[in-house]
Amino acid sequence: MNHDQAKAFVRQAVQRVVPDADFTGLDPGVSLRDTFELDSLDFLEFVEALAELSGTELTEDDYPVLDTWDGCAARLVAEASTSTQGRSG
Amino acid sequence: MAEFTMPSLGADMDEGTLSQWLVHPGDRVARGDVIAVVETAKSAIEVECFENGTVDTLLVDEGTTVPVGTPLARIGTTAESEPTADRPPSTPLVRRLAQDRHVDLAAVHGSGPGGRITRADVEHAEPESARAPEHDTTVGPSEPTHTGIRRQPATKPARRKRSRSGAEAQSAPTARPPRPVRSDDSTGERQAPQRVRSSPLARRLATELGVDIAEVTGTGQGGTVRAKDVRSAAAAEGAAQTAVPNVAQAATARLMSRSKREIPHFYLSTTVDMAAALKWMHARNRELPLSARLVPAALLFKAVALAARKVPELNGHWVDDGFVPAEDVRLGVAVSLRGGGLAAPALAHADALSVAEMMAALKDLVARTRGGRLRASETADPSLTVTNLGDQGVEAVFGVIYPPQVALVGLGRIVERPVAVNGLLGVRPVVTATLSADHRAADGATGARLLTTMDKLLQQPEEL
Repeated sequence: MNHDQAKAFVRQAVQRVVPDADFTGLDPGVSLRDTFELDSLDFLEFVEALAELSGTELTEDDYPVLDTWDGCAARLVAEASTSTQGRSG
Repeated sequence: MAEFTMPSLGADMDEGTLSQWLVHPGDRVARGDVIAVVETAKSAIEVECFENGTVDTLLVDEGTTVPVGTPLARIGTTAESEPTADRPPSTPLVRRLAQDRHVDLAAVHGSGPGGRITRADVEHAEPESARAPEHDTTVGPSEPTHTGIRRQPATKPARRKRSRSGAEAQSAPTARPPRPVRSDDSTGERQAPQRVRSSPLARRLATELGVDIAEVTGTGQGGTVRAKDVRSAAAAEGAAQTAVPNVAQAATARLMSRSKREIPHFYLSTTVDMAAALKWMHARNRELPLSARLVPAALLFKAVALAARKVPELNGHWVDDGFVPAEDVRLGVAVSLRGGGLAAPALAHADALSVAEMMAALKDLVARTRGGRLRASETADPSLTVTNLGDQGVEAVFGVIYPPQVALVGLGRIVERPVAVNGLLGVRPVVTATLSADHRAADGATGARLLTTMDKLLQQPEEL
């Protein structure tokens, strides 16, 4: 998974919670929760969707980095590269 | 013969629009079955029946707005119609299956325990050849195959589809795409006529907003155009440059004005140490699958519900110059509607739910409130309401009581603060819990008891 693929997963996950969420021109460094007015239940639903779409296991400890588009993508990419290395080694 | 009347679905409701019938004359209904959908100023609400019996007459057409208390249907109660005991035992699911397959249950041999008719029995039974018309609305008491069980898959909003009302769609960067017309033909319930079906509220709004109702995609039964469709359309077209009259907001405004006019509010506040509760929650969450993970609100709400049970003086209603304690804790949950306005549906027996159940109930309730599909039993008479503004980033909220309730608990954001514990300074997560209470019903000492009880409960989260 590269960064762009990961970002696509994030967009899809947000759109499951807020179907009309518009990512056009969105600064990848701003808070998704603030931008799309996600409350704690919405956020949980988003994390659920993101885990499912990307096949990544996300724990509560990950929540802080999952706040921004870039942060989410970096987290997914990191997980993917770790598991790839694990398999090759 | 019992009358099914337009229910009052909240203290602020004077009238409602019967937007959809889910039963026909002749259908058997049981207490608790959802038999109609009523559109109020705030949302569409599924209304349950309070009788066991057979629908005799539908007195009000779909799309008609009537005052609260107006008879909507006559229901022949069980005693007057066929005794239940004579019917072959079956379940609502089986009765529905039988109806779909045109199987006369009276002719089916039940192979389940006690002669109960099972799904397999129906699946193997021969369809009733005589039943040519798809929907015989003159079903007599000898045909126990019709029931009024929630037959509305086509109109139920998808779990994850959030409906947004006009005001927000208007401010959103892109307009919401028009919803597809849902075809109800698959349910075979009713034929949609060719003309545009719409509710009176929708027509009035369309006139006010300058929207051509024929152009609006209806999301109601058979494509019926409802008020929210008109608002969405108006917002999408950008037709309304001025403020869209938001009906939900107006209803909230009326109720809140009444509260401040009539209720002598007083306010208490306390800081609750959340370290123990959050530690317990994080430990639980590590073991739970994502879908079952908890959020702090579930613990906080549970603590409020238990505190309400322990301080019954604040759990109930102010009726005719006196306080009437509620029999159980129906915890109202203030949910902000995305288009503005508030709804406060109730969680029944909130004090008896486990934290996990509370979490599940909360997710479900919030999703359905925002999706505009609540049941009548969920909107009626919360005994105490809780509002959680933590997600909006503020530390404390001093709320306005929902009449005729006498108290409202407000929860702010959980923040890390330096706290002195046993003479030592530490950084701990804390939340500000407030109470707004009706001074006619309670005094400061009673109010304080509720907040301190809640605090104590949160220090022992495993007991919640």
